[in-house]
Amino acid sequence: MELQFYHILIPFLPLAGFIINILLGKEVTRFNAHWPAVLSVAGSWVCSLFTLRDVMAGKIIDADLYTWIVSGTFKVSVGFLIDPLTAVMLIVVTTCATLIHIYAVGYMRGDSGYYRFFAYLNLFTFCMLMLIMGNNFLLMYFGWEGVGLCSYFLIGYYFNKKSAADAGKKAFIVNRFGDFGFGIGVFIVFLTFGTLHYADVFSNVSSIAGKTVSFLGWNVDLPTLIALLLFCGAVGKSAQLPLHVWLPDAMEGPTPVSALIHAATMVTAGVFMVARCSPIFNLSEVAMNTVAIVGAATSLFAATIAVTQNDIKRIIAYSTCSHLGLMFLACGVGAYAAGIFHLYTHAFFKALLFLAAGSVIHAVHTNNIQEMGGLKKYMPITYAVFIIAALSAAGVPGFSGFFSKDEIIWSAYAAHTPVGKLVWLMGTAVAFLTPFYTFRLIFLTFHGENRGVHKAEEAHGHNPHGSSHSAHGGGHNSHGHDSSHGSHGGRHIHESPKIMTIPLMILAVGAVAAGWVGIPPILGGGAHFAEFLKPVVGHPEFHGTHAEEWAVMGLSTTIALCGIALAAFMYLRKSDLPEKISKQFSLIYKVLYHKYYIDELYNYTIVKPTYWIADKVLVAITDAKIIEGIVNGVPGAIGRFSQKLRKVQTGLAQHYGIFMAAGAFFIIALALLLR
Amino acid sequence: MEQQVIMNQLSYPILSTVIFLPVLGALLILLNRRSWESLTRWLALGTSIATFFLSIPLFTMFDKSTHKMQFVEKFKWIPDWNIYYFLGVDGISVLFVLLSTLTAILCVLISWESIKTKTKEFYISILLTTSFMIGVFCSLDFFLFYIFWEAMLIPMFLIIGVWGGPNRVYAAIKFFLYTLVGSLLMLVGIIVLYLYGGKTFNILELMTKTYPYTMQVWLFWAFFSAFAVKVPMWPVHTWLPDAHTEAPTAGSVILAAVLIKMGAYGFLRFSLPLFPEASVAMTPIMLTLSVIAIIYGAVICLAQTDLKRLIAYSSVSHMGFVTLGIFALNTQGLEGGILQMLNHGIVTGALFLSVGIVYDRTHTRKIADYGGLATEMPIYASFFMVFTLASIGLPATNGFIGEFLILLGGFKANQWAGVLACTGIIIGAAYMLWLYQRIFFMEVNPKLHGLVDMDVRETIILIPLIFLVFWIGVYPDSFLSFMHPSVQHLIERLNTGGVQEMNIAKTVMEVVK
Repeated sequence: MELQFYHILIPFLPLAGFIINILLGKEVTRFNAHWPAVLSVAGSWVCSLFTLRDVMAGKIIDADLYTWIVSGTFKVSVGFLIDPLTAVMLIVVTTCATLIHIYAVGYMRGDSGYYRFFAYLNLFTFCMLMLIMGNNFLLMYFGWEGVGLCSYFLIGYYFNKKSAADAGKKAFIVNRFGDFGFGIGVFIVFLTFGTLHYADVFSNVSSIAGKTVSFLGWNVDLPTLIALLLFCGAVGKSAQLPLHVWLPDAMEGPTPVSALIHAATMVTAGVFMVARCSPIFNLSEVAMNTVAIVGAATSLFAATIAVTQNDIKRIIAYSTCSHLGLMFLACGVGAYAAGIFHLYTHAFFKALLFLAAGSVIHAVHTNNIQEMGGLKKYMPITYAVFIIAALSAAGVPGFSGFFSKDEIIWSAYAAHTPVGKLVWLMGTAVAFLTPFYTFRLIFLTFHGENRGVHKAEEAHGHNPHGSSHSAHGGGHNSHGHDSSHGSHGGRHIHESPKIMTIPLMILAVGAVAAGWVGIPPILGGGAHFAEFLKPVVGHPEFHGTHAEEWAVMGLSTTIALCGIALAAFMYLRKSDLPEKISKQFSLIYKVLYHKYYIDELYNYTIVKPTYWIADKVLVAITDAKIIEGIVNGVPGAIGRFSQKLRKVQTGLAQHYGIFMAAGAFFIIALALLLR
Repeated sequence: MEQQVIMNQLSYPILSTVIFLPVLGALLILLNRRSWESLTRWLALGTSIATFFLSIPLFTMFDKSTHKMQFVEKFKWIPDWNIYYFLGVDGISVLFVLLSTLTAILCVLISWESIKTKTKEFYISILLTTSFMIGVFCSLDFFLFYIFWEAMLIPMFLIIGVWGGPNRVYAAIKFFLYTLVGSLLMLVGIIVLYLYGGKTFNILELMTKTYPYTMQVWLFWAFFSAFAVKVPMWPVHTWLPDAHTEAPTAGSVILAAVLIKMGAYGFLRFSLPLFPEASVAMTPIMLTLSVIAIIYGAVICLAQTDLKRLIAYSSVSHMGFVTLGIFALNTQGLEGGILQMLNHGIVTGALFLSVGIVYDRTHTRKIADYGGLATEMPIYASFFMVFTLASIGLPATNGFIGEFLILLGGFKANQWAGVLACTGIIIGAAYMLWLYQRIFFMEVNPKLHGLVDMDVRETIILIPLIFLVFWIGVYPDSFLSFMHPSVQHLIERLNTGGVQEMNIAKTVMEVVK
């Protein structure tokens, strides 16, 4: 099928929205900036639906728009590949983007950077769509860096706040570490296949199976090398161990950003990339096992941290890390379709969790769940959707998250390999922790007595900007809707406006029902989702009986319900228990609370030594003493020379005229002599 | 011999015009009354704009299908010594002529209000520098080339030494001595070539000859001393931070945008084709020096407290990428290197222009004196952001295309060089974003309250550069296509004249088993 006009519109509509707002936002669109932004993204969504229809009719599109870079044998185009995998991603991205754009109209109302916010959000959508639609590795890299840039802009949206500016920069630089590997992987793909276009690479991929090459002096297996280098990029972008450190800090950004970029779309790019490159990963058992183990380890690691945190957004951020780990776990055992399925359901329930959290923050002006409590009666809609999202995230039967998570855990078990069994165990542990920390969050936020009235009042009375509510963190010109609470003073917690709650309700429908397209055969479904993706990512071989499948499902479901029950017990019934436990196991608690001290570790082993070398060695010694000393002869001599010249400063021009004349004379004399 | 060149077909001698029109403008300014400063400025602006427009046919009329020298003008000059007035451009040099003529306009405009003393002399110096720089890129006769090469130093020296910062004389003399010492060795090299190559200064003719290997090595290093200082390569880079820091804005822009391209251009134009065997043999050393420059220049940026000094050191790092690409000796590396020379001219030129814009308001270069500028000058902040992103090689900006091709070529030539150079990209993001944060983000520094955003003149200066950043980033073919035949020709020369058994185009990912 030829590339249609509406295919091209998908990424370029948001780009147009971006251009309109960035050029005209300050003067023209201003507080109407949401119109071009929302309409362009909604337009992309409609086009994506048409595209999905094309793909479901069995059409696959791979077409170039123009040649981007040519140099010798290197040639790469700007072009699109639209296949089932792309179609699924298009639906996920445009649906979430549209709903979150609408939500942001309410959330960001009155902010001085309103147009800027929507411009970045549109630019992000453009880059993300290019990432998933590109038909070659370089275009993926383009989208990859582009979404990273928008993430940088939006995390640091309240740029007057140092912590926000720091967090944005950290996200960008940590991601560059991952991109370092990704970039080299792309070089090797080109040097191996002579092209970067997916179609050409994947059709020849079998030719590299079992080949060994020399890389930096080591002989390594070529598919393993390529796959692991590419995976470096995924580790950075999808916040996996050991490059996960940027994601929790990224919560400095406004909540719609966290929902769109740091939950539903950008951070899943790594999973998409691994699925896209599945033909390469499939050739290397080492790479597959690495992906599975890194995913499982991150999943467990992040879940344990989430248990102890108190910042509502950071808890959800660690939860995102954990769920992304599950997706990699699935890819690592060959169940790419399960990974993408979880990506798809996760987009709904996690975006919903974030937006609902945003609704809470919007009302109470704090991120600390210890200062919340009892919000149930003030915010019934938010509470309801929060519960739905949590049930889905926890994997309670019937909800979206259940089907995808179950498929991952079953795939790990049924892979029937030692690594598969190991990651299955880890995944099951996560299945216990996820509901526990999610419901801990809910019980502390919505149930019990409100613990934050006094503090909230104080914050309002004295320093409305000092609260950790990110929408006010910038402390500049933030007015309108939000501050009106402040002028009322006291407790005035109420439900968010309709423009925010309606997207929540739509997402809630997705969090319940989106997963129904992938109900496994054992529960009477047709596993349509996996079938749809099968032409792109294949299907793993399962080694297991129906009885085993029931058992695995039963175990993970029981354990999830236990998690909820334990949370209810600890935070509703015996609310003094958590503190006792944290005192009893204070060492473990401290380690978890400080996120295993990873930030501190990087700070003392990488950041500080680099600055020290730059300042104390390169500036102070190498440049100033050694190089200047040797190359200059003695720098002092120049100093003295210049002192003398300064005395005849007016004659400088003539001086150098003489120099030149002498030079010319020298040339002429030489030429005459050598004749 | 003559079939190697395409004579100028245009109705006017385009290369002579763009070289000597600025000289004419300088003469007019000289005749102008000292008190009519405004006329001086308009004369300078008019001349530079006219020069730029007259140079545009070099872009539009260029024959991209051949490696031959084009728009050639050739006259006997000093017949006794076989010296010709011989000008021409090919795919390697043509873009730099255009970059020079564009830079001249921007330099005149950026100095419009900031240069208040000796205005006449200043604009004369700017125009003369432009003229001589274009001459360097067009000369096909070594004698003519050397004259332009050295003459260029004088007005540049004056620009730094007269209109510079407090420590200007030290910086100017350091700049002058470094480049002069390097150039003298090249002069010896030129004379040796003249004698050995049959008493001719004709560069194209000298390129057809083969020189004994030992002689090639000696000559390579003689030319290296001139070019390495100009690039500047590590470890002869220390003049650059001083010169950049002390120079007035226009001086920094000329230095960054065009002048330091001369070194890399010299390698491409002379070292590689004249001494192919030596160039191939010296590749390990050159790649090592390039990688050191990339990492060293980037890490040292982290410790800078002076805005201009930081950008100067980042130039060391970026020019390390250029030399890495050139000495990768393959198509991607060479084309990436040439494109990156252009990119660096645009982006670093733009960064210095931007620094000049804010310096005119605050009169401080200390990074610590800034902070929160995005609140006070949002438009300026957006422009600076674009150049920052181009500098760190973000896709869709020009920096990405150049760096990607260089790293690909570098990796192909030597895996270690490619991988180590990639670390420069990480550190590059770190120091540029940190710089941006300290200047534009966080709380507004009280000293900066009430600064006015960019005016029309300043916006006009930066807009063409923004345009180029995205043009090259999105559709680099407009520029890369100039280079293909010339670079191909260069590689053929390296392969035939160089060590036979070294097949440069071979793939690196050789299968071991």
